[in-house]
Amino acid sequence: MAAITIQNLVKKYGDGFPAVNDVSIDIADGEFMILVGPSGCGKSTLLRMIVGLEDITSGDLKIGDRRVNDLAPRDRNLAMVFQNYALYPHLTVYENIAFPLRLAKMSDSEVDKLVKDAAGTLELEEHLQRKPGNLSGGQRQRVAMGRAIVRQADAFLFDEPLSNLDAKLRGQMRTEIARLQKRLGITTVYVTHDQTEAMTLGDRVAVLKRGVLQQLATPRELYDNPGNLFVAGFIGSPPMNFLPVEVSGTSAKLPFGSVELPADKAAKVEGRGLLIAGIRPENFEDASLVDEAESGSTFQAHVEVVEWLGNETYAYIPFEAPPEVEQQLRQLEKDLDGESLRTQLVITLDGASRIKEGETAEIAIDARKMHIFDPATGENLTVDREHAGRIGEEQVAAPA
Amino acid sequence: MKKLGMPIGVALILIWCLLPVVWVISLSFKAPDSITVGNPGFWPADGTWAGWENYRQVWDNDQFKRAILNSLGISLIATGLSVMVATLAAYAIARLEFKGKRMVLSMALAIAMFPVVSLVGPLFDMWRAFGIYDTWIGLIIPYMSFTLPLAIWTLSAFFREIPWEMEQAAQVDGATSWQAFRKVIVPLAAPGVFTAAILTFFFAWNDFVFGISLTSTEAARPIPASLAFFTGPDPFTRPASLLAAAAVIATIPIIVIVLIFQRKIVAGLTSGAVKG
Repeated sequence: MAAITIQNLVKKYGDGFPAVNDVSIDIADGEFMILVGPSGCGKSTLLRMIVGLEDITSGDLKIGDRRVNDLAPRDRNLAMVFQNYALYPHLTVYENIAFPLRLAKMSDSEVDKLVKDAAGTLELEEHLQRKPGNLSGGQRQRVAMGRAIVRQADAFLFDEPLSNLDAKLRGQMRTEIARLQKRLGITTVYVTHDQTEAMTLGDRVAVLKRGVLQQLATPRELYDNPGNLFVAGFIGSPPMNFLPVEVSGTSAKLPFGSVELPADKAAKVEGRGLLIAGIRPENFEDASLVDEAESGSTFQAHVEVVEWLGNETYAYIPFEAPPEVEQQLRQLEKDLDGESLRTQLVITLDGASRIKEGETAEIAIDARKMHIFDPATGENLTVDREHAGRIGEEQVAAPA
Repeated sequence: MKKLGMPIGVALILIWCLLPVVWVISLSFKAPDSITVGNPGFWPADGTWAGWENYRQVWDNDQFKRAILNSLGISLIATGLSVMVATLAAYAIARLEFKGKRMVLSMALAIAMFPVVSLVGPLFDMWRAFGIYDTWIGLIIPYMSFTLPLAIWTLSAFFREIPWEMEQAAQVDGATSWQAFRKVIVPLAAPGVFTAAILTFFFAWNDFVFGISLTSTEAARPIPASLAFFTGPDPFTRPASLLAAAAVIATIPIIVIVLIFQRKIVAGLTSGAVKG
């Protein structure tokens, strides 16, 4: 077991394109670190640089106190679970799990003991003599994990291990991985594009965009205090709503009407012209279900579509955005791999709400949780730096 | 009518392909005299049934036994070496980036298309100069060079099918490149290796041109060439039925080897399955 230190790591491919650009992350011993981002953000490349399957263009990579930049994968003592599992189809499950031990020239009795242990942990005992080709997706996944945990590796690396499983199995395996990691207490780096996995599994989460680290923080910090527009839009489902806003005094003018901002937030953004407000769907509520005292500001809006899920209701409210803001929002949408055709609010209402499609409803906003972003740089102007982990330097350092 | 079409077609093709073989077998059971006196029928005429006599005579012939030994030795060694070299070469072509990769592949193809006969003359001269005329090695070298291209092409296609991750997983698990190759890649490419082996063995076993022109004595003469020199007790009469028996015996190793390797090929193909 060991800490992993990533210092100013850069990966440039032959054409000079930096797939990973100056990323620094300290992973503590025993920590569960998530690398997350949309496809093409460099998260898998970063993982493969840690394990040694990709060369490091510049920067330092340390495992424990050892600089491992130039070591071959086999000398780094890391265990990895691949996205397609990469089981050896010609070997039985037993021999698949035993493979790293056989390479380490362990005696048969030792191998047998360790393989049986690992198989016991993963409930694979009854499948030991079968070939991977005859196993289900979930079983293969467990064999791949068995091959990783059977060694006394310094760290586990997971490359989107659950993306080939169906939704139900994915949920179960997610809990299984979390339990296993807590029990073994081993340093883990986990790559995913799924934000549910990122939020639930990680001690800390590193959000990447086009090879650049955007924010490194705990899941809660990421959710409550996103450092910029990208992180705000990426974390959370349904995603955060972005609206054009102009602040004068403590009054924020949104497309639907004005709301009152808390004084400290208002002071940070006062008089900066047209900005982007970010409000999570759950910070809206059906005004008729909110106590007068808590309600804060309310506004009238035309609800276009309603999706009732039982415990909650999603309501969709279209709005017009001025062109400066709209362009920024479209770019953001592209960065997030999304494709939304129109600017609209998605709000989460209580399941008891009686708002119907096509109605004009009264909606309450909790303005205390509102974030305000600079449309030019994407920087979060109202971020609480004390509780935001580390925010990508570049983004913050560049004022408009 | 539709139902009948298929079996009739199959039967026609089988007759077309197998009639000569069956005829040789029928011939091998006829007494040597029956050919000279004229016995054109498929079944041996009355009194010309020789039973196993022809086979016994062929088997007791030292020249024949020596030829079989030569053929087996030369073909097996050529196959083994060729497959080994081809496996390494094909792996490099499939996995590594190096200068002149394209040239290696096109050269290999060019060699495979080169007419065998045109090389016999130069080889004859060269082999005599080198002192490897009429030796096993003198035949193994040309067999290898003519079977390698096909083996390399076949195998590199197989290697390309194997996902990179298999090898990377092995390396992360602690294997050197060589161990990853030997313990993961080669077993997975086994069907390809056996396919290449069969093709190579066929070529070497069935070759006549090199066999007859690069040998002069029994020291290295393989079976197809040896059959051409085979004489019975009477040097002026070609012992057709003995030759037929010898030909049948010479075919047996090929059939055995194909049956053995074919199992391997089928087993290899069905054990694939990499991801879910």
